[in-house]
Amino acid sequence: MKRLTAIVCCGLVLAACGGGGERAGGGEEEAAAGGGAAGPTGSGSISGAVRFTGTAPANPTIDMSEEPACREKHSSAPVNPKVVVNNGMLGNVFVYVKSGLPAGATYPAPTTPAVIDQNGCMYDPRVFGVVVGQSIEIRNSDPVLHNIKAVPSANRGFNISQPTQGMTTTRRFDTPEVMVPLECNVHGWMNAWVGVVTNPFFAVSAQDGSFTIGGLPAGTYEVEAWHETMGTKTATVTVGEGAAATVEFSFGPTT
Amino acid sequence: MTRAAGRQGGRAAHQLAHCTHPLPAIVLFLAALPSYRLAAQQQPHPGKPIYDRWCAGCHGETGAGDGEAAPHMLPRPRDFTKGVYQIRTTASGALPTDADLRRVIDEGMPGTAMPEWRTRLTQGERDDVVAYLKTFSRFFQGPAPEVLNLGRAPSGGEEAIAQGREAFQKLECFKCHGEAGRGDGTSAPTLTDDLDFPIRAADLTESWNFNGGSTVEAIYARLRTGLDGTPMPSFSDAVESGVITDEQLWRVSQYVRSLSEEPPRVREVIRAARTTGIPADPADSVWFQVEAFYIPLVGQIVRAPRWFTPSVDGIWVRALHDGQRFAIRISWSDPSRSPDSTWQEWLNRVAATVARDDTTAAPPAPPAPPVHGPDRLVVQFPRQVEEDLDPPYFLGGSPRRPVYDWRWSSNPDRVEEGTGMGLDRFAASAGATQVTHAARFARGEWQVQFTRALVPADTAAAPAFAPGYAIPIAFRAADGSNGEDAVGGSISAWYAIYLDVPTPGRVYVQPVVAAMLTAGLGFFVVFRAQRREQRAAGPYSEES
Repeated sequence: MKRLTAIVCCGLVLAACGGGGERAGGGEEEAAAGGGAAGPTGSGSISGAVRFTGTAPANPTIDMSEEPACREKHSSAPVNPKVVVNNGMLGNVFVYVKSGLPAGATYPAPTTPAVIDQNGCMYDPRVFGVVVGQSIEIRNSDPVLHNIKAVPSANRGFNISQPTQGMTTTRRFDTPEVMVPLECNVHGWMNAWVGVVTNPFFAVSAQDGSFTIGGLPAGTYEVEAWHETMGTKTATVTVGEGAAATVEFSFGPTT
Repeated sequence: MTRAAGRQGGRAAHQLAHCTHPLPAIVLFLAALPSYRLAAQQQPHPGKPIYDRWCAGCHGETGAGDGEAAPHMLPRPRDFTKGVYQIRTTASGALPTDADLRRVIDEGMPGTAMPEWRTRLTQGERDDVVAYLKTFSRFFQGPAPEVLNLGRAPSGGEEAIAQGREAFQKLECFKCHGEAGRGDGTSAPTLTDDLDFPIRAADLTESWNFNGGSTVEAIYARLRTGLDGTPMPSFSDAVESGVITDEQLWRVSQYVRSLSEEPPRVREVIRAARTTGIPADPADSVWFQVEAFYIPLVGQIVRAPRWFTPSVDGIWVRALHDGQRFAIRISWSDPSRSPDSTWQEWLNRVAATVARDDTTAAPPAPPAPPVHGPDRLVVQFPRQVEEDLDPPYFLGGSPRRPVYDWRWSSNPDRVEEGTGMGLDRFAASAGATQVTHAARFARGEWQVQFTRALVPADTAAAPAFAPGYAIPIAFRAADGSNGEDAVGGSISAWYAIYLDVPTPGRVYVQPVVAAMLTAGLGFFVVFRAQRREQRAAGPYSEES
């Protein structure tokens, strides 16, 4: 009887504490990231293209005269690729399944790390995605000092010095966040973004604006497309069992 | 959960653990529940009243760093809702410990608007504020941060400093901090903090302004932890991956510490030693034999438009005279030789960030582009030196009691001499300028020498200076690339300059003469005494 009382009391205490509602914020996200059944996968896919309507703004040129070792890696005057448009198609757009997967479905972080390189005083890739908990390997291929600073809001950030060529550092993010900005303060033009999501169903549009998200189970999904200067667009896409669905996003200078 | 509520809940749980009968336990528990809720609702956090009274003016009631005074400040007050703190003993990206937070509250952040609170709040009050700050960010609900094991400084010395200089080069610290450490690196004009506000690379020649302390250990800790929220990264990964050794990082710390003098002692009187010749320019090695006096400057916040974020926070003054002329050499850290186009971006950011009027709103869209003025230095004396024991109004004088100014500007490089009747009321003297100058900008430092005859050719236009008197002197400085001008810049109070009186020859002769006379008198007295003794002894002496 005593033991039962203790259990009841504990349960009540826990309930009372939990009822305070003071943990709002990270709570739901933590639930999504941890525990739960392994999320479903399939052989469906969403592929498509990201269009850019209107006249693409000119990308600013970068003055790399202070870093000859970086400058010589570029055959022509380097530009800051804020808006990558080829034949009306937009690159560097992060496209991901925002919702529509079964509630509580979790996906393990891939064991292979996502790699971001600093090469020619530019980030490569500029936009990429990881699953929550997946390693991000940060490389310095330049013989100059870079610092790489993450400035997230839902996650904890970091600011790491990589003073020599060939240095690698690994970090990970534990909370979903689209997007986490990365920057180098030594070279003010260097910016990158990483999308931290709960599932592996994401892609980044290529230089020709195309993207493909594979391995999807059948379902109806809200798909979001994110661009660094033009914000987000969403679309609802239904994927049949093993079927290939298509979707198009369109960004423009006024949107 | 508030602290009071926590105590209540804890007491209830404690009583529950000791109950032997189930029914009273449940009753007790249910009785405790509403009181817990009530406590949570009605009893504010014990740190809240202290925070609201002393901290919210800058940091804002919700801790978002947006208090009433914030638009005037650069760097901005900390935004506690982000849970990101510069001064920690924990890894980059980790939370600070309670002790880390307490330390910043206790000691303040030198070089910023954050004062020390050790002498203003009790220990309990400061602890309560720490606990209250942590309620602003949900990150503090997670596990306590882990403190880095930082070890102890190895012994220093010249060899260590030389190795540190080498490592400083290898790690490219100069990219932001500059070759001589004055915060004038090529990346310095582009630096922004996490909130996109412009931020200075630390001037490593002013260790007394280092946030987190100026000891070798403190510098090493900043290298290991980084200054989160700022561009300053952590070098812990570089050490762990073998890119540099831990010892090298200690050497860097020792080298950085060696770039600063000891915290300067501020003295009221600047001594101008008498010499036989006046150096021609500020680079002359003679100047380095001359004692340097540090004069702290503060933002001009006395009259509108006020300026709370000055670039120049102190100057070094050296002075000499040769009985005919006197010269003052003034040097100060300034990362830019204004106007400098590479600092235009910085200027634009400052103009868009810092409010100059008395409103508490963020500044309106600045005129584009903001005026990129020259660097300035003003040396101010009373217009009438000898008659005035009480100097004129320190801030540029007044129409009733004007001041005599030397106004130097970097572009065009010239000095104007004349009468000041307020910060922006200046009348250049007619006729030839009686003061000459030579200015030099090197590695983030201005060095300006002014030279003038003690008795000017035109005594109607300028006061004469005489050795042997304390002559009031005051200074103002402005950094054009920081948006500063004749009114908005840094100022000092009145100090005094004392021109040494030549030492008269008698000072050397008199002691010698006195010593010889004393010795002579002594001999004479002893001689007389001996003679008298001999005479008195008379015939007996030979017998004995």
